[in-house]
Amino acid sequence: MIEDLKKLEKLINSELTSKIQKSIIENKELLIEINEKDLIEVVQFLKSNDKCKFRQLVDIAGVDYPEEEKRFLLVYLFLSHENNLRIKLSINFEPNQIINSITKIFPSANWMEREVFDMYGVKFKNHPDLRRILTDYGFKGHPLRKDFPLTGFNEVRYSEKEKKVIYEPVKLEQNYRNFDFESPWEGTSYLKEIKKVEKDGKKN
Amino acid sequence: MVKKTKTLNLNFGPQHPAAHGVLRLILELDGEVVEKADPHIGLLHRGTEKLIEQKTYTQALPYFDRLDYVAPMNQEHAFALASEKLLNIEVPIRAKYIRVIFCEIGRILSHILNVTTQALDVGALTPSLWGFEERETLMTFYERASGSRLHANYFRTGGVHQDIPLKLVEDIEKFCRSFPKIIDDLEALLTDNRIFKQRNVEIGIVSKQEALDHSFSGVMLRGSGVPWDLRRSQPYEIYNDLDFKIPIGKNGDCYDRYLCRIEEMRESVKIILQCIEKLPKGPVKSIDGKVSPPNREDLKQSMEALIHHFKLFTEGYRVPSGNVYTAVEAPKGEFGVYLISDGTNKPYRCKIRAPGFSHLQAMDYLIRGHMLADVPAVLGSLDIVFGEVDR
Repeated sequence: MIEDLKKLEKLINSELTSKIQKSIIENKELLIEINEKDLIEVVQFLKSNDKCKFRQLVDIAGVDYPEEEKRFLLVYLFLSHENNLRIKLSINFEPNQIINSITKIFPSANWMEREVFDMYGVKFKNHPDLRRILTDYGFKGHPLRKDFPLTGFNEVRYSEKEKKVIYEPVKLEQNYRNFDFESPWEGTSYLKEIKKVEKDGKKN
Repeated sequence: MVKKTKTLNLNFGPQHPAAHGVLRLILELDGEVVEKADPHIGLLHRGTEKLIEQKTYTQALPYFDRLDYVAPMNQEHAFALASEKLLNIEVPIRAKYIRVIFCEIGRILSHILNVTTQALDVGALTPSLWGFEERETLMTFYERASGSRLHANYFRTGGVHQDIPLKLVEDIEKFCRSFPKIIDDLEALLTDNRIFKQRNVEIGIVSKQEALDHSFSGVMLRGSGVPWDLRRSQPYEIYNDLDFKIPIGKNGDCYDRYLCRIEEMRESVKIILQCIEKLPKGPVKSIDGKVSPPNREDLKQSMEALIHHFKLFTEGYRVPSGNVYTAVEAPKGEFGVYLISDGTNKPYRCKIRAPGFSHLQAMDYLIRGHMLADVPAVLGSLDIVFGEVDR
């Protein structure tokens, strides 16, 4: 399996030299990073090349890194039944960039791209039907972005008075508490500050 | 003279017994012929992926029970395998066997539900009454192992939560001896039934190429004649050592998919029996104290065990940074977890690949040109459970 992956990595690197930014085999999986402009060509190559034959798109996963300039990451997972291999293709891009849709090559990308659009607000060019898919009708915001709060903004309830379901801002008896349990042994924050002051004092 | 025709828009669901949950299907009808189907999903969306990002790895696991709630442990399995791959830990052999036994029980649970409700959708009531009795027995096995009938939360990173009692193994074996007879009974009701065949044969045909293009997996793929099963082609756990067959369809219609599911139940029974026969003794979870919690007895005696217990249930374990995709052959198809870890105690991103999502996507293509009455038949054979489609 690993041998096959290495062969595949070599093949892809030699065939698409300029388009591959980085390729890495980690945890027995091959990940290839490309520029978002080359997406269509690379996907077409992976699907049609005799030695690749990645005929099935398994999933498209979006990832959000809010601190970085190229905020979003899309990972395309492909599977080749003939060669029994998997490959991961990733593109990295800025928030307002529009990505080419691969629905022409893989019809099943339709809903997967809609989901990415819904969850992250990434727009796709040439997508036949780019609507929200999982969230409510008339929903605002993109829930899987890291800056979207877990509790959301609106809540719904049935109003006895108006005889219909109404939307209201979220009101919680207790706010969602996100405990940071990581390494509590390092001491509380005021201790850290004291230490810092001491250190700075010594330097001066 | 040109006749003027008008298409009719019909709203199928979300409250419809044949919608298998909360599917809203907007159908465009020309007379009784479906011209277009637009599934509206998301009515059961609970933001599982977002919630998992806020929880430690141990806390994230129960969310997987709630995806495909007819075969909970198969989902847990995918997540457990993913985190094990990142942590690079070995699962004890007994735990592997127990996992396989319960995954196959999950497969039978799911297939009974699907086969019988598919029959119910096309008008047969009896199979579901007979099938649900067996499901009840299987769920008591779940209960005796994990403490709950549905939301088991039994698998752990590095093994399973606790060992199964000897009596349970005996009872599962007894069930496996008697269950093939029940499958025969179900088949006697359905397989050669004229009405069942009229409603299912040559309905919703999927060709090999189309099955690949639409990202089908599991029975949807095998029903169309593609010999592909992750248990065989990319074996995980101990599937390599087990002897079982992969049933494959010929025509890719609803009837072939039904036959595949029936045969898969028989194969699952065989797998369980083999596992019970070979079931080795030993620990059921990883002995790595940094991942799996200590025994109750040790907790009373050892200070170190107490510290480990406290740390594991507050901070949890940290998973080395990296990204990994693992897939298991769930009853409905390839269920995958794409896990990104940033080295902390919580997953940075956990993308869940649900087989039903791709299957339902193809609804429009499958149903075009069929009659309105075929909608429930096709929907039934897709094996949709909204917990996993909407996530």
